[in-house]
Amino acid sequence: MPTIPQKIIHEYLRHDKKFPHVWCAGCSNGIVLGSIIRAIAGMNLDRNDIVMVSGIGCSSRMPVYVDFNTLHTLHGRAIAFATGIKLHKPHLKVIVVTGDGDCAAIGGNHLIHAARRNIDLSVIMLNNNIYGMTGGQVSPTTPHKAYATTAPYGNIEPDFDVCKLAIGAGATYVARTTAFHTQETQNMVKEAIEHPGFALIEVICACPVIYGRLNKKGGAPEMMKEMRDNSIPLAAVDKLPPEKVQGKIIRGVLHKDIRPEYCALYADLVKKAQALGGSE
Amino acid sequence: MPKKVQKDRIGMIIREEDTPEKMEVELPEIKETGDESSPVLIYYNWCKKCGICVAFCPTGCLGRKADGSPYVLAPEKCIHCETCDLLCPDFAITGAKER
Amino acid sequence: MPKSDTKNSNNMNKENKTTPTKKIEELQTHKERKTVLMQGNEAVAYGALDAGCNFFAGYPITPSTEIAEILAAELPKRGGVFVQMEDELGSICAVIGASLAGAKALTATSGPGFSLMQEGIGFARSTETPCVVVDVQRVGPSTGMPTSCAQGDIQQSRWGTHGDSPAIVLYPDSVKESYELTIRAINLSEKYRTCVILLLDEVLGHMREAVRLPDMANVRVISRIKPTVPPQWYKHYENTEKYPSPMYSFGEGYRFHVTGLTHDVLGFPTNKPNEAAEMMSKLKKKITYNIRDLVQIESFQMEDAKIAVFAAGITARSAKAAVTLARKEGIPAGLLRPLTIWPFPDDAVRKMLRNVDTVIVPELNQGQLIREIERLVKDRSDSKLIKIQRVDSKLIPPQDILQKIKEGI
Repeated sequence: MPTIPQKIIHEYLRHDKKFPHVWCAGCSNGIVLGSIIRAIAGMNLDRNDIVMVSGIGCSSRMPVYVDFNTLHTLHGRAIAFATGIKLHKPHLKVIVVTGDGDCAAIGGNHLIHAARRNIDLSVIMLNNNIYGMTGGQVSPTTPHKAYATTAPYGNIEPDFDVCKLAIGAGATYVARTTAFHTQETQNMVKEAIEHPGFALIEVICACPVIYGRLNKKGGAPEMMKEMRDNSIPLAAVDKLPPEKVQGKIIRGVLHKDIRPEYCALYADLVKKAQALGGSE
Repeated sequence: MPKKVQKDRIGMIIREEDTPEKMEVELPEIKETGDESSPVLIYYNWCKKCGICVAFCPTGCLGRKADGSPYVLAPEKCIHCETCDLLCPDFAITGAKER
Repeated sequence: MPKSDTKNSNNMNKENKTTPTKKIEELQTHKERKTVLMQGNEAVAYGALDAGCNFFAGYPITPSTEIAEILAAELPKRGGVFVQMEDELGSICAVIGASLAGAKALTATSGPGFSLMQEGIGFARSTETPCVVVDVQRVGPSTGMPTSCAQGDIQQSRWGTHGDSPAIVLYPDSVKESYELTIRAINLSEKYRTCVILLLDEVLGHMREAVRLPDMANVRVISRIKPTVPPQWYKHYENTEKYPSPMYSFGEGYRFHVTGLTHDVLGFPTNKPNEAAEMMSKLKKKITYNIRDLVQIESFQMEDAKIAVFAAGITARSAKAAVTLARKEGIPAGLLRPLTIWPFPDDAVRKMLRNVDTVIVPELNQGQLIREIERLVKDRSDSKLIKIQRVDSKLIPPQDILQKIKEGI
């Protein structure tokens, strides 16, 4: 087995899988995968208790590379599958890896209801503002006026702020970061896993080969630079004058509160039912 | 590889395809740069030449070859900050002190 | 199912004033298994519980909602999980997720929901994940007549999902049999690691019959068996030829990959033609090599029958009455009824065609059952097929079938 220089990563990859992985050169998915692995490595969790669920799309090809219980489901349904797993075995740490289309377009209904229920899932949405796997179609987070293969004259639709959507639906931990800020991503993934409730992390990602080319954003380095320079930490928002904040990616833990977690509520229900009904 | 040829009634070749033998996975031969002493180790089999490590190395220790792949331009400049480790999408480079 | 020993009589404190609704109290009386008046949907719910179902995810839809309501009351008492998802897509996906985590999971729906679940059913079949989908049919297409009876989902239960994936579909015709076939559906899903579909008719789901459920002692329950190989040798899709083939679930110390993509023996995605062929043939052989175990049919007075009726579900009950009436008038009639509608009982039908020259096929759709008989009659020119098809939401009365029997002789 070739000696892979990055020791931490090496321990968590599935060695019988074909590397280099399937993502294009410069795609942020690989960077986020690295951040996720480093976050989990720092938490000394039992690997048998970690389940990584994904839907369909570029980012959803992630679970196959990592040595956990992994499940690559249907387009948009990752969160529904994860709900089933979590409810049956609440002690498992269920991480959902999904993309902007997979999570906010076709999977939107499951996203808002899982958030409403506040079930303990850590949803990591890799937002590259495009449907990459199918060649560059417009997605709910594609910026207004941006180009995509199905928006050849520029996207006329306004885009979602998925974080606000999740907060509105009841998610109790919502954070946003970019693939460039790997340390911040690691901290957020750790916090999300430890958070007893529905956690959503939106990771702004670069898709140089498709989104970058369609919108003339330059190569991977340029898109990463834009992530670095075009984003500001949440704490700085009220210090800066409004025009400095306008159009910038706001990074940080946007919302965090504690509400009863769904599996805990269900466990109480079981006790109550057994007290009332007296099971067979 | 022997070709499986499919002909129609008058002998015209309809389809010609290689019979899929047992597709054994050819193991990537290990090609690494520099010796152990080099501060930065690059694993070219996995590197996709995206140029992120070169662009974000804070001290300019890495350079980019004509074909886009990184190489250690100035070994002495490496401060082992592991930025290249963190930002490499393919885990193909490390500047970490202990490996 | 964790045993709970807390008796609820004395510790009913003020706090849970909201005692359970009347219906649930009435249901609790079934514990002693005496003869009760039971609804078809109820029988399905109790069949699921007795078969060890500990996870239900569903969505309200007439005429199957009673199944969800009963399980919402009964599952928590047994430590099982009931969740009402946001739609049928979420329901089938939560069911498959729970099954992958080790649960015996089931969902219940009707026509419109069944259509939404097709992609999930395909995923369960392709990834060989045990689960059961109960489809209480109603008049279609589209919203149709939610409280009226039809048998329009027969072909959908076989071909509904895209791609080739063989199906196991059971079809009861009485409340007692609904109970039995629910248990059999869960057993078959665990044994053959696939999604088993249970078709009910709306009338069957809603009508009540006197039923005495068997004591738990003689209820045979099959569960998935655990492999004995060490982790690194575990192949999630090992072709064991013998079923149930051992299977692990998430969180049991064996980390494996499950994907909807065409997969190899380990479960990883593959594009290699030979591995794809291997996977597809395994899915097919799982059914075609076990026809004897899968197919169940009821032949009623077929021994000396000259004319036979082939019917399923609620229509078979009218057919049985018609056959009985015909026999009274000295007409050698018989009934052949498939309990397993898919895989289709080809051999039984061929045998019937050999010693019977006329077959009547009554059904509450426009020819979904008869086309299977036509497929088998193709090579036998002398058999006569008579169809009775009714799609006005009314049932086919025995007199209509009796009249056709008389014409057919």
